[in-house]
Amino acid sequence: MSALESKPAPPPIEKIRIKVDGRDIEVPRMTPDWQGKLQPTTMLQACALAGIDVPHYCYHPKLPIAGNCRMCLVEFGTPVIGPDKKPVLNEDGTPKMMRSVLPYEPAAARGAIACATPISPGMEIYASSAATKQMREAVLESLLINHPLDCPICDQAGECKLQEYSVDHGQATSRFAEEKVHKPKQVDLGPRIVLDDERCILCSRCVRFTKDIVGDDALGFVNRGSYNTLTHFPGKPFDNNYTLNTVDICPVGALTSKDFRFKMRVWFLKETKSICTSCGTGCNIVIGSRQEKIYRCEPRQNDAVNSCWMCDYGRLNYKWIGRDDRLTQVKRQNPSIHGPGGEPASSVSNWPAAVREISTKLRASPASSAAIVASARQTNEELYLLNKLAQQLSAITDAVPRSGQSDHLLLSADRNPNSTGARLAGICGDQMGSKLPKIAEGIRKGVIKTLIVFGEDVTKHGIGADLLGRLDLLIVSDILPNATTKLAHYVLPACAHAEKRGTFTNIKGRVQKFLKAVEPRGDARPEWEFLHELVFAVTGRNGFVSIEGLFNQMAEEIPAFAGITWASLGDSGVTIPI
Amino acid sequence: MIVKRKELSFWERLYLPAVIGGFKVTLRHFFKKKVTMQYPEEKWVVPDGYRGAPYLVKDQEGRTKCVSCQLCEFVCPPKAITITPPGPAGAPEAGNVEKAPKEFEINMLRCIFCGYCQEVCPEEAIFLMKDYSLTGSTREEMIYKKEKLLALGGVHNDRIQKWKNK
Ligand code: SF4
Ligand code: SF4
Ligand code: SF4
Ligand code: SF4
Ligand code: FES
Repeated sequence: MSALESKPAPPPIEKIRIKVDGRDIEVPRMTPDWQGKLQPTTMLQACALAGIDVPHYCYHPKLPIAGNCRMCLVEFGTPVIGPDKKPVLNEDGTPKMMRSVLPYEPAAARGAIACATPISPGMEIYASSAATKQMREAVLESLLINHPLDCPICDQAGECKLQEYSVDHGQATSRFAEEKVHKPKQVDLGPRIVLDDERCILCSRCVRFTKDIVGDDALGFVNRGSYNTLTHFPGKPFDNNYTLNTVDICPVGALTSKDFRFKMRVWFLKETKSICTSCGTGCNIVIGSRQEKIYRCEPRQNDAVNSCWMCDYGRLNYKWIGRDDRLTQVKRQNPSIHGPGGEPASSVSNWPAAVREISTKLRASPASSAAIVASARQTNEELYLLNKLAQQLSAITDAVPRSGQSDHLLLSADRNPNSTGARLAGICGDQMGSKLPKIAEGIRKGVIKTLIVFGEDVTKHGIGADLLGRLDLLIVSDILPNATTKLAHYVLPACAHAEKRGTFTNIKGRVQKFLKAVEPRGDARPEWEFLHELVFAVTGRNGFVSIEGLFNQMAEEIPAFAGITWASLGDSGVTIPI
Repeated sequence: MIVKRKELSFWERLYLPAVIGGFKVTLRHFFKKKVTMQYPEEKWVVPDGYRGAPYLVKDQEGRTKCVSCQLCEFVCPPKAITITPPGPAGAPEAGNVEKAPKEFEINMLRCIFCGYCQEVCPEEAIFLMKDYSLTGSTREEMIYKKEKLLALGGVHNDRIQKWKNK
């Protein structure tokens, strides 16, 4: 999709002067549209540049313009042009204005929809005149005629445009005495979407999104007038990989997510800026959590990465963070002795003791007798620290590749969020995973006696349980238990990305940071924290104890990150050459 | 700041005049009509509009009126209310009731009987009733659960029954 690609700097754009609410401003004549093509600037965009918000429903900056809700009506005026093609002036020298009026009723103001009407030089927009206000009130009243009083049971309540504009332009009581039109409720549109047709205001955002952005023409309107109803085509469920974006862009609560349905009211949710970790695209997201529980993820606009969208697969891949079998204890294990349930004999340790013991053993191990299997789901900083450890031990390192089907919009075939970071940190070569057989071979031959594994189940990647059993020391850090953690001598509980801070580098070289939404479980700690302690204990060289300092140190040492700092990443990241 | 203490006069320092004054008041009340209520043997008539403990009500056909909108949880100043929303599945016995709380708890040790929950409720599902003396022998006992709140609240005869014609 062209809107997602970064473009070379466009040539300078001509500016024109207009007036918004009596204030003179200069705005570009052309503005990029939803596809990034230059189009004449609309009144709505000009008002936004003037800092004035024009209420709207159907307009969305990343969708084609439909102009069907009429909420954005504004009164405007254009300069009167004399027979000499020059503006006619008032007595005081100001240009004479012709206000827009109804052709058959010259006393009544006539509005134009701000989202689709281009500006012209000298135009005046009366975005808060009495006539504009009256038009908004009338449009809102007609939108509410058949709207149900569903706010108490509607998931959109609290972030609903209809609620917001009703507070601004609505009336306390309804004048509509007739019976409301009833439409289908709780309609099953597809595997992830529930539709309430009574709440739909027929803005067609969802229709345009799925047709023009996804290319899956699945939704449409049937019937006429007050009975106009949104539906999916018969026998064709609304089930593409981007359906949940329609829930975000639906200005009301008509389209709701089955996953989030009736789970929490939105005003309780704490919003944390983060990154999706389910593929190499690295869509920018906002995590909504309450009381250390994650309830939903929503896309966050970043035109260099994901525009306003994210895929359903990535959005719903968060539930494992709340699983009950999470690793929560630092454990010392003896895999050769088994308990009654086949569990290895273990004793609970703590972080200072474990770091001390592990570093003593690593310092005593002969050079080149260790190997490290990292994960490309780890952050740049963690991989950088692991590489420092590897250099000290002359250890061979690699990460585990992970791939799946890609699609035409966002989803990447690389299902690791930080493959680029793993390469840049020197953990793996261009072919991720190519050294794994060598590590297996080394263990078989008895050359490799120590294995450090981060966040991967190596038994599934060619280093089986029999090989792991031959090791003198197996240190495993992971989030959830697996076959590798069972065989470890030390188990170090780690954090999900939502529980720590850090940065990822996506497949196109965009370095992006994510923040902490919820507290880690039990004794689990961010990997970079204990890796930093371990690297200090093994190499004797100190680093930084804050993520900001660590990132900046890494950026100074790794040439690809040269010139960027934690602070300069901002919310939307920085693209580096890769 | 240091406040200077006023020196007592000789008359005040005598102490007996104050004692006599006190006895006079006692004597006066001794012969008047008695006003003390023998609580708890004798109970007080709670006036209408009194703000006692908040309970949940049902409609005439036994449906829970509360729809789990969580506005009361939001507004409650001491955070006495904890609601567990139903989630997407919904209770099978709920019939045509689209949304109702899975669990509704009011911690009566925290509640300050302010009445905000009743005021904010869009469904007229919670009311401050006349109970003012809530006791229990453990803290857990003082956290009233949904079933208990509904049993104590009883039926509210409302003209509007939200789920009747849905
Ligand atoms: S469901 Fe929502 S987005 Fe779709 S037309 Fe209706 S109001 Fe608009
Ligand atoms: S496209 Fe990739 S990064 Fe974006 S939401 Fe889907 S899985 Fe996550
Ligand atoms: S009466 Fe006040 S304190 Fe008690 S539950 Fe209601 S809102 Fe909370
Ligand atoms: S405000 Fe009323 S309807 Fe909403 S959760 Fe509280 S009691 Fe239930
Ligand atoms: S925003 Fe809907 S008509 Fe302009």
